[in-house]
Amino acid sequence: MDRVDFVTLALLLGLPPTLFALLAVGLDAKPVILWTDALLYLLVAAVTGFVLYARRRQDLRDTWRAVLRRPLGMAALVVLSAYGALGLVDSVHFRLPVSQGEGGEVHYAGESLSLFDLMATPLREGVEKTYSAPLAITAFVKETVERADGTRVREYPRLRYGGAHLDDPSRHRADVAARALWGAAQGALVAVAAFLLLAFLLARRHGWSWAEAAGRVLRGETTLPWWSALATLTVLLVLAGAVVQLAGGYHVFGTDKVGNDVLYQALKSVRTGLIIGTLTTLVMLPFALVLGVMAGYFRGWVDDVIQYLYTTLSSIPGVLLIAAAVLMLQVYMANHPELFETEAERADLRLFFLCVILGITSWTGLCRMLRGETLKLREMDYVTAARALGRRPGAILARHLTPNVLHIVLISVVLDFSGLVLAEAVLSYVGVGVDPSMHSWGNMINSARLEMAREPMVWWSLAAAFSFMFVLVLAANLFADAVRDAFDPRHARN
Amino acid sequence: MFAYLVRRVLYAFPILLGVNLITFTLFFVVNTPDDMARMHLGMKHVTPEAVAQWKAERGYDKPLLFNAEAEGLAKFSDTIFYQNSLRLFLFDFGRSDAGRDIGYDISQRMWPSLAIAIPVFLVGLLTNITFALAMAFFRASALDLWGVVLCVVLMSISPLFYIIAGQYVAGKLLHLVPISGYDTGVAAWKFLILPVIIGIISGIGSGARWYRTLFLEEMGKDYVRTARAKGLPETVVMFRHVLQNALIPILTGAVVVIPLLFMGSLIMESFFGIPGLGSYTIDAINAQDFAIVRAMVFLGSVLYIVGLVLTDLSYTLVDPRVRLE
Repeated sequence: MDRVDFVTLALLLGLPPTLFALLAVGLDAKPVILWTDALLYLLVAAVTGFVLYARRRQDLRDTWRAVLRRPLGMAALVVLSAYGALGLVDSVHFRLPVSQGEGGEVHYAGESLSLFDLMATPLREGVEKTYSAPLAITAFVKETVERADGTRVREYPRLRYGGAHLDDPSRHRADVAARALWGAAQGALVAVAAFLLLAFLLARRHGWSWAEAAGRVLRGETTLPWWSALATLTVLLVLAGAVVQLAGGYHVFGTDKVGNDVLYQALKSVRTGLIIGTLTTLVMLPFALVLGVMAGYFRGWVDDVIQYLYTTLSSIPGVLLIAAAVLMLQVYMANHPELFETEAERADLRLFFLCVILGITSWTGLCRMLRGETLKLREMDYVTAARALGRRPGAILARHLTPNVLHIVLISVVLDFSGLVLAEAVLSYVGVGVDPSMHSWGNMINSARLEMAREPMVWWSLAAAFSFMFVLVLAANLFADAVRDAFDPRHARN
Repeated sequence: MFAYLVRRVLYAFPILLGVNLITFTLFFVVNTPDDMARMHLGMKHVTPEAVAQWKAERGYDKPLLFNAEAEGLAKFSDTIFYQNSLRLFLFDFGRSDAGRDIGYDISQRMWPSLAIAIPVFLVGLLTNITFALAMAFFRASALDLWGVVLCVVLMSISPLFYIIAGQYVAGKLLHLVPISGYDTGVAAWKFLILPVIIGIISGIGSGARWYRTLFLEEMGKDYVRTARAKGLPETVVMFRHVLQNALIPILTGAVVVIPLLFMGSLIMESFFGIPGLGSYTIDAINAQDFAIVRAMVFLGSVLYIVGLVLTDLSYTLVDPRVRLE
């Protein structure tokens, strides 16, 4: 491991504690580490460790480069990273101090906030009375307003926050356009900076001049398709810049029935989606890997027991098993309210258990595949040789078999991710998903469903939830395709 | 063949017993019947008498696994496990927590479920095969490339979106069909057509892409090269050789879901207000009627195992090399 790797590792692992320390000093905040937060940090650490490990292994490095060599794989990775960063920022929780007691002791707010909440304070606190359309300055429904001269008229009242800075409503369109353009320009500026940085790094590594490096990136003459990453990044930054500028004065995606900002909800849901997609896998992976490899290697009664176990579990229709388990969880939580300090903790624990339950129902397919692959591998010469040399079964499993089935694990992990994100929405609709108080795309869709019947239709909640979910799932699917093509020799031909 | 079938059926018993044990543990051990009674009667101000009465009405007042007070075999049979879980083996579903006969409800509600599930399955299979065949036939062309991209886009869209968008466009905007509801007999068609179309469209993405891979895999085989070398036109190679052989994995893969068609689609039926088994399950989940959920879990497992047996049988039918020993 060279010096750069150590620095990266130290930076990544040291980031959450540093953030907490800064928050504690700067805001007197009290850190809160929820279950899912802790597991998410663990996951980030594991991924970082794996990246460092893969960098040292020639074969792994080549395969991963093959993933990134596809322009779509690169673009998907950029989008996934953006979602991931948002999810991580939203996973640093703390409780702000509310009042100083007489004896100097500090009381903390009952509600825990995340770093993202702090950044999005205007969105979080800009609560309107009820529905308002995207970028509107007036409410969506008419209200009786009393004029200064005492007459009562029914009209669309101005919003409390959306466009409140405008004294003259006729400047509405011009202001929106100006803000969007200005934000897009800022985003483009950052993108240009990223481009220059990339050119600088490439120039230093390959000994090119700046101009040559920049030209090569633009013409797509680099080994990895940096142009694709750059193009995706530019689109993301321009959009993000415009949205940030607009969100300063308007509700970009409107507000929902109780006046909450829809953009804020959609962004908060990113973390929920990511957690369902990743933690579920993290939970199920050890079972599937250990049991699958054991069944394939030992055969005999071990195989029978494990096969019985996964056939039984997979014969129960997935949704029903999840529903049954979540219902039971609900009853349990309702009967034991003393276990949870805050509402957020309760919702978080429910999310965690949802991941566990989803993991239990979804490990069977992977386990079966791993068993099949191990059955093939155990007849290979190198395994026979290891056995003849007197290596213990445990060592053979750990050193010789597991590393050689990891590509199957990886492929199924990335393939499962998008399915799990989509499943969250369906489960929340059925009523057995995440806690109703938690922000999630499923909950947004579920609560906006009845608004379809309104005339004119309230479409923005649905549109926001579906488009944020679509982009994440599409990126995940494209990335999964690239990974599968690179890692699965059978798919490489097609 | 007969011996094989008998063995499969016998093997199904320990699996179903395992399923029953899992549901039993979930429903009666993790939370006691007392918890459930309190949940149903409202969390506050529940008298012990009300709890006892609720349990007695549903037969939940017996011991879980072993009744020490009873005589002889009744030590095992007069328990919750025997009365509520093992009786499912006789397809005696008992009464729901709300007091209705579950067996009767299921027999009534399976028809609307099938009326949607069967057309979606058959037409969907046909559509997916057609699309996949077209992409494989024009492989590596612009049609293939954009076809695959379209498939990935289609499968990245949430199934809820298809339903909501379909209801909005066809029901609200164009007034072609009623948004939701159901009717008896042939008159039901106008309530069924939209869910069926949506079901087919939402399945195209993953289905067509998967079948395309199967077709391409088959096209890489030696006999296809031989057929081309003989000078057979590409259409003959495609439709006579590749299609027939690729249909083996496609059909055997589809057989496993046929029995599960009974269970209906949870979200589709609930969105369109169709009184099938899917909406039955959703209603039970929302009303926290555990007896129904238990029955549906058991039914689903039985159907899944039937599907596995059918898959094995279908292999012997379409592939003469496979024999069941």
